[in-house]
Formats: sequence, structure tokens, C-alpha cells
Amino acid sequence: MQLKIVLAFALGGLSVVGCAIRPSDSEVEGATARMLQTSFKPRGQATVDRLNQDEVQAVCSLYKGEPPEAAREKIEKAQQTTIRYPSSGSLLGDWRQGERIAQSGVGKQFTDDPGRPAGGGCYNCHQLAPRELSFGTIGPSLYQFGKLRGSSEAIQKYAYGKIYNSEAFSACSNMPRFGRNGVLTEEQITHLVALLLDPDSPVNK
Amino acid sequence: MADPMRIRANMAGDKVEVRVLMSHEMETGQRKEPSGAVVPAHFIQNVTVTHAGKTVLSAQWGTSISKNPFMHFRFKGGKPGEKVTISWVDNKGERRTDEVVIGGG
Amino acid sequence: MPFYRLLAPVLAAMLPCVSLAQQDTQKEIERYRQLLQESNPAELYEARGEELWKTRRGPKSASLESCDLGLGPGVVKGAYVQLPRYFADTDRVQDAESRLVTCMVTLQGFTPEEAKRNPFSGTGVPMVTTDPFSGVGRRSVMTDIVAWVASESRGMKIAPRMSHPKEREAYQAGERLFFYRAGPHDFACVSCHSGEAKRIRLQTLPDLVHSAKDAQRAFGTWPGYRVSEGELRSMQWRLWECFRQQRFPELEFASDASIALTMFLAKRAEGGSFDAPSLKR
Repeated sequence: MQLKIVLAFALGGLSVVGCAIRPSDSEVEGATARMLQTSFKPRGQATVDRLNQDEVQAVCSLYKGEPPEAAREKIEKAQQTTIRYPSSGSLLGDWRQGERIAQSGVGKQFTDDPGRPAGGGCYNCHQLAPRELSFGTIGPSLYQFGKLRGSSEAIQKYAYGKIYNSEAFSACSNMPRFGRNGVLTEEQITHLVALLLDPDSPVNK
Repeated sequence: MADPMRIRANMAGDKVEVRVLMSHEMETGQRKEPSGAVVPAHFIQNVTVTHAGKTVLSAQWGTSISKNPFMHFRFKGGKPGEKVTISWVDNKGERRTDEVVIGGG
Repeated sequence: MPFYRLLAPVLAAMLPCVSLAQQDTQKEIERYRQLLQESNPAELYEARGEELWKTRRGPKSASLESCDLGLGPGVVKGAYVQLPRYFADTDRVQDAESRLVTCMVTLQGFTPEEAKRNPFSGTGVPMVTTDPFSGVGRRSVMTDIVAWVASESRGMKIAPRMSHPKEREAYQAGERLFFYRAGPHDFACVSCHSGEAKRIRLQTLPDLVHSAKDAQRAFGTWPGYRVSEGELRSMQWRLWECFRQQRFPELEFASDASIALTMFLAKRAEGGSFDAPSLKR
């Protein structure tokens, strides 16, 4: 009997100590929120409201980039509705301008001139034109993208949509939602579509 | 007064092997400040290395040498315990001289 | 011999050219890195840092020689690798740079703003961009001192403390911050720092999620002298620069978020060899 009481006290004591050692989920969440509030300051065009997450950012952060099936479908469906196509109707722009946009990594940083058009920074993550050896591997190679898929209206629409809002096709994708987030204009995206699909584009040579 | 050079000199066979790291901006005169003003050229023009009163290395540098220059060379005739003196002068007339004692092999 | 018989081996030889070019690129990057190892300008910063540690500065005209970095007042050897950790006197978890701020304030009499001013040498920002608050070729006392403090842990094992509840909280908050997606590019640290053999352009990225080895190598080589910028860069700088490129607002120097992230990264790098200040591209 005495042993049981001693054990009960010991276990009770341990569990109390255990609670003190391990911060609870809500404590960590609170601490994280406080840190976000106090550790960042506005500079240039980068205001602190950028830290406010939208639905996609919040869900993808929660699941560390790997959302369950249901959440994935929900995101993709909702993000599809955000895609805006150019009023002219033409999705195929000028591949030469596309290459410049793909090469340029400026835009939206607090050190960037907000008056200057942003680039897509495509080469940061992708291989595109074979002559460019300085390319990243965060995303798949896009070399011969058009050559392998053709340049039908359907493919144009897919490429445009993917650049506009990659989350509409792959929830929690690492690729920025260039169109939806206002990084690139509709016109700029059409130039990138041309870079990918135009048979004359170096990407398809 | 510029930062001291960091020099190492040791025997490598019958030669003295010297490694020297210099602290210098080596500004080319081509860069611009955020304001748009050109950053004036400021670079080492002459380097002289002497041992026992004799010049063992003489260099004339220009703007293609990068910031915090590092030089690695060998010369004959030195022995452990003896001094090696390195001097530089830059385009503004600023100068720096440091010396090192040659170590063993 | 028919022409096409001659052509076939030529064509076959050309086929792997694209992937061979890749291997060559990697080899050349490594070779360039080897060539750079000869001498590290970080030594210049370390020498100045050691001097500054012993120099009387500030309203109290005191040196930093009794600064406690976690191993007792004035003990610098081995201090960097056991950070971040909890400090009772400030009742918070601190990394090396925030701890130096504390010492500059309490020992030397500087205000926190003065101690945190001009934390990065040069312009802070790589040359191609504009920075209205700095000048070219500007020295940073903080950078010099942290370079020296780090050098006093060279060769030791990375071993951050994790026994105090606040240390655990910092780690977990740091983890959440690592996965926190925000801004117009939807970036989080994880966007770039997850997955095997990833790179941005030609800059290889450590996989901080899955690879302890990558984390060790990454954490073990900051601070580092960036040859391309001609400046020594600290861990605080690395985080500041990451967030700038993530399109976030500006990360405050020595802030709680920066400390929490450093705690998370240090823990992931636990057991690795600390080889800093290193030499970087």
C-alpha cells in the first residue's frame, strides 16, 4: 500500500516535471507568433503584412509541404479559380522577351526598385535553353518542353495556368504563384509560355 | 594605418616559401555607391619583398588584383631565423611594411 | 565505309554530353573551391576581432574580457559551438551575436541600438543591389568580433544545449519558422532547403530537412569569408540575406526569430565539426 502511494507520488511528480520540460503545442505556436511580430521590420516595398499567410500558405506550412489528399484537392480546386487569362485571348507571346524574364531574378525584394518589372527567376530552379549552363535543379528541367508536348491550345493553357498559379495543379508546390500574387503580369507570362512552347525558342532546339 | 599583413615563411627544401595575406580594399574605381557616386580607385601599386638587404620579389599591381590579396612564392638564399620584409605602397601613397622570421622546414 | 557508320559513334558520343557537362560543372566548382583554400582573408577579421575583444570601448570604457558566452566570464574557447543556449541573466535563449550585444550593453554601456548598429561589414547586401543605409568598404565591429569568437571553436563539435524548456521552445519555434511560407513568392526556408542535390543556379543547397550531413556542413561553415563579396559573413547575416531573397520584410539583427532558427539549425547540425570561419564562393 505504502509503495503504491510512493509510486503514485513519484509518477505524479514526474508528469508535472514532464509538463514543465516540454512546451505545449499552443505555447510553441504563441512563441512563434510573437517572434514573427517582433523580429521583422518593414523595408522598401517589403511590408510586414507580407507575413500574414493566406489559406494556401497556412495549410502548406502546417503540413510541411506534404498535405493529405483531401487538403491537396481542396487547394488545387480553389486555386484554379484564381487564374486570369489575358483579355487579348492570345497566350503565346515573344520567346525573346520570355528568355529575358526567365533570366532575371529581380523583383519584390526590399532591395529591388518597385518601379522596375519583376523577373521570373526561372533559371534559379529550372534548366531551360541548353546554352545556359547556370541553371538550378529545384524544379524539373524544362528543356524541350514544347518539343515533347506540342503547342496546342490545351498545352498553352496548361503552361500559362501553371506559371500563373502552380498551386492549382500541385498543392504546396515550391513554385511561386507568379500571376496570382502579382509578381508577373499576364503579358509577361505569355512571353514565358512562348519561351516554353514556340518551336523557334532555344528551349525547343 | 592599414591592418598588418599576415605572413608565414618556412623552409621548403633549399628555398624559403612565403605566404602573405594583405588587408586592402583594392577598389578598382569602377564601382558605384548606392547614391550613384563612383567609389574612387584605391589599390596597391607596388609590392617589394626583401631579405638580407636584397630585393627578392618586386611586383607592380593594378586593378585586376582582388580585395585582400594573397601571394604565395618561393626564393633562394634564406635560412631559418632570418628576417623577410614585405612592403606595399598604394595609389594614394599609403604604405605598410611587415616582417616575419623564417621558420624551419 | 558508309557515312552513317562513321556518324553513329559520333552521335553516341554526343548523347551523354548534356549530363557530362553537368558532372564537369560540379567538378569545376569543387576545383575552384580547392584553389581558394590556400589562404583565408577571414584571418584579417579574426585578428581585428581579438583586438576589439580586449579594447576598452563605450561609455563605460570597458573591454569584453569578462563577457559570459555560456562557459563563464571571459571563456571564449569552445563557446560558439555550445550556442544557442539559455542564459539566466537575460532569461532567454541567445546565440553568439545576441550575446555579444548583451555584453556590449551591460559591460561597455552601449545602448542596444548602438550595439546592433552596422552589424554587417561592407554594404551587407551583395554589390549589385542598392542599400541606402551603408557605404562601400565599411567595417563592422560586430562582424570582426564574431569572426574571432567563432575561430576559437574551430575544430570542435557542434553541441547546442537542449535541456532548458526555453531551449526546447526555441528549437520548436525555429522549426515552425523554417516551414513558414509567406510573401509574394510563397517561400519558406524549406522551399530551397529540402531534397537531395538541389541547387539555385550553380549554388548547391544543403538539404536541412533530411540530411544531417548537409546540416552539419552548412552550420559548420558559417561565419565564412565570401570571396565574391570580399566580406566575412556571419550566421545572422546568412539568415538576413535568406529572408531578403524570400521576399520577406527585413529580419532584425539578433532578433528572437533569428535565434530560434539558429537553434533549430544548430540542433540539426549537432555532432558535426565546426570549421569556421571558412572560405566561400
